[in-house]
Amino acid sequence: MKTKMPFFSWSLSAFTLLLLAGMFASCGGGQGTAGPSAVSGDAASAVYVPPGQYDEFYAFLSGGFSGQVAVYGLPSGRLFRVIPVFSVDAEKGYGFNEETKPMLETSFGFVPWDDAHHPELSQTNGETDGRYLFINGNNTPRIARIDLTTFETAEIIEIPNSGGNHSSPFTTENTEYVVAGTRFGVPYPQKDVAINTYAENFKGVLSFISVDKEDGDMNVSFQILLPAFDYDLAHSGKGESHGWTFFTTYNTELKNTLLEVGASQHDKDYIAAVNWKLAEKYIAEGKFKEIPANYRDNSYSDKTHSATSKKMDKVRVLLPEDCPGMVYFLPTPKSPHGVDVNPTGEYIVASGKLSADLTVHSFKKMLAAIDNKAFETTIAGIPVLKYEDVVAGVVKEPGLGPLHTEFDDKGNAYTTFFISSEVVKWKVGTWEVLDRVPTFYSVGHLMIPGGDSKKPDGKYLVALNKITKDRYLPTGPELTQSAQLYDITGDKMKMLLDFPTIGEPHYAQGIAADKIVPKSRKFFPLEENQHPYKAIGEKESRVERSGKDVHVYMTTIRSHFSPDNIEGVKVGDRVYFHVTNLEQDWDVPHGFAMQGANNAELLIMPGQTETLVWYPKNEGVFPFYCSDFCSALHQEMQGYVRVSAANANTPLVWSLGEPEPAE
Amino acid sequence: MKALPRLCMVLAIAGILSLFLFPMWKIILYAPQYPTGVQMNIWINKIDGTEPGTLQNVNILNHYVGMKFIEPDSIPELTYFPMVILGMAVLGLIALLINRPWSYLSWMIIMIILSAIGFYDFYLWEYDYGHNLSDTAPIKFPGASFQPPILGKKIILNFTAVSLPHIGGYLAGAGIFFSFLAYWLKRKLS
Repeated sequence: MKTKMPFFSWSLSAFTLLLLAGMFASCGGGQGTAGPSAVSGDAASAVYVPPGQYDEFYAFLSGGFSGQVAVYGLPSGRLFRVIPVFSVDAEKGYGFNEETKPMLETSFGFVPWDDAHHPELSQTNGETDGRYLFINGNNTPRIARIDLTTFETAEIIEIPNSGGNHSSPFTTENTEYVVAGTRFGVPYPQKDVAINTYAENFKGVLSFISVDKEDGDMNVSFQILLPAFDYDLAHSGKGESHGWTFFTTYNTELKNTLLEVGASQHDKDYIAAVNWKLAEKYIAEGKFKEIPANYRDNSYSDKTHSATSKKMDKVRVLLPEDCPGMVYFLPTPKSPHGVDVNPTGEYIVASGKLSADLTVHSFKKMLAAIDNKAFETTIAGIPVLKYEDVVAGVVKEPGLGPLHTEFDDKGNAYTTFFISSEVVKWKVGTWEVLDRVPTFYSVGHLMIPGGDSKKPDGKYLVALNKITKDRYLPTGPELTQSAQLYDITGDKMKMLLDFPTIGEPHYAQGIAADKIVPKSRKFFPLEENQHPYKAIGEKESRVERSGKDVHVYMTTIRSHFSPDNIEGVKVGDRVYFHVTNLEQDWDVPHGFAMQGANNAELLIMPGQTETLVWYPKNEGVFPFYCSDFCSALHQEMQGYVRVSAANANTPLVWSLGEPEPAE
Repeated sequence: MKALPRLCMVLAIAGILSLFLFPMWKIILYAPQYPTGVQMNIWINKIDGTEPGTLQNVNILNHYVGMKFIEPDSIPELTYFPMVILGMAVLGLIALLINRPWSYLSWMIIMIILSAIGFYDFYLWEYDYGHNLSDTAPIKFPGASFQPPILGKKIILNFTAVSLPHIGGYLAGAGIFFSFLAYWLKRKLS
């Protein structure tokens, strides 16, 4: 195993993987008993957070193909919240109520699902600041911004001219930009061409999405047009390398079929190093082309409690041949996945997933090589630097299938190895391997709170595993994925905990709880509510008809709806329940559920207005009720809508409580 | 030395006028689901709480047992108590101009009597809220009262109610003490 790598091809290595998986499983001691050997005695107390006490860190784990983000506490591994992002969520009404439907609009229409890969916290001066969490949608290229005062999706922007937004949304040091590199080469602009004209007709774009300093509003600032490599992951420079962003590539072979073989032929692919400060200068000088594009920018407002979807129609594009010095290629073995910059910004670690070694480039050496114009060749106007000129060191044979590296605050790096299912700790600068621990099984990314920032909190490490096999009680063919928590304060890493995750956790972010807790919203002040259909107080509650549309301005407060009896609705109407929650207290949402609605519930936060649309189909009297246990009289919180025939003369009336007795 | 009684009387007037700047009393309700308490503040001219929604939240809690809504607009004392205090401030100025032991003593006695009336009125309101319950209350406890204490702690169902002076109350109390000091110093000096 330690001699020559048996990677003649990826298909062969898949076979190797099976063998190795078998080996590790048998080493582990059989099903259900694999864990204990790796856990020392005090692990339970190390992760025990007593009832009523707070965890030290928030952890945000991508929900992968669930399209969501899961919020956990560390070290307990307790799940607090699942945030719907690129998914509809019947529980929260997200994507079902009228207010949030525009969030999932794209140039392809309503796309209620995506593959959410990489959460990324906003940063100030290279440190996580607890304002926003960004995450990419891989399938229909998008980036979402989650507001960490509300833990709700505040914006989703579509990335035009892209296919598979994988190398995203990694931030720059002051969240000037989040980036989006296309995983798939696509015709640029999209057109009907033969697939095997890939090399001539397809392109790969890297997009830089600006983030407004004040309100976080995202905009596609510019795109850079590059060869149709597959852009896999990215990270921006920090400190001395601030102003640069690095993208890994594979398929530099430019293949469009059987990539597992075709894209694994070159010994070295590239890291694309982008000088985005220089790109900004070229933009300012007008060296861009403005080209037509079709994409959406969807924003949610905490004032109107509604989202709007804005159609965008152009984008600025920079061509490397017009912009010398903007992009360089750094040869890097082999099909590298993660590209990770150490806290000082000097070292760029490339996890060549099909390479026997781990390659580390030097930012200083890269600048020197650029100054010396010592280029190996040029591809599409982009200089390719010489490997020997830029490499700082190599971690020799650390494991099999390196994927991703993060850092602690003591000069150490931690890399995941997918094939050999382990995390390896090594020393930045000397490149020596210090320690290794097994993961169960097939670890993808890992996360240290702040581990991709200038200031890591080197206390815990979370390994995000793709496969669990025998680790938990079986649940049929589909098993939970899992995260594993390690203590990294000592020389040796110590496994503390396994905990299940939602969907597939690709990547995660962690942050000290005290950066978020004080800013967390408790409710929305009613006086700031600017929803066009709000009802601020029961006096404003009413029902209005306009043609076949019936608008119910409804309020909720413990423990009744106003109105709770509605008559005069007819078959064939479209009924809008605009429900305003009048509560002004923490943790008092009300639900709204309507029998037979082809829809979800509403879950309305205090001070919020949300709208459910209902199409009454049959005559009768149909109940609605509060679906969130709100109070001692929650079960009494209910009402009726009377539905009459389409041609009936039932007057439109509404009420709450017994009418005043006649004097 | 000669100006001291007048200075004390200025402080006495300032003390009672502080009721327009700070709440005079607070009632805090503690329960397991309200770990930090729900705090109502009673001012000379209004009732509010530590949060914008406090009064609404107290009213929501109270309505289960049929207590009346606390609606500051319908409490006349909140309109005329401020006038009484302003009147006492004017009387205080007159006492200060007269600058005799009896003028200070009289002001103090009137102030104490008014405070006693104020406390009695406060008690009546609390009694009314605590006893005069709606016939249609969702939850009825035969014979139970929900009257909060005038001062101190009382357990009411699942709540622990604590009633204490707020800053304005302490300052107004200090004001009365200063009027006594004015009287005492004036007597000693003359």
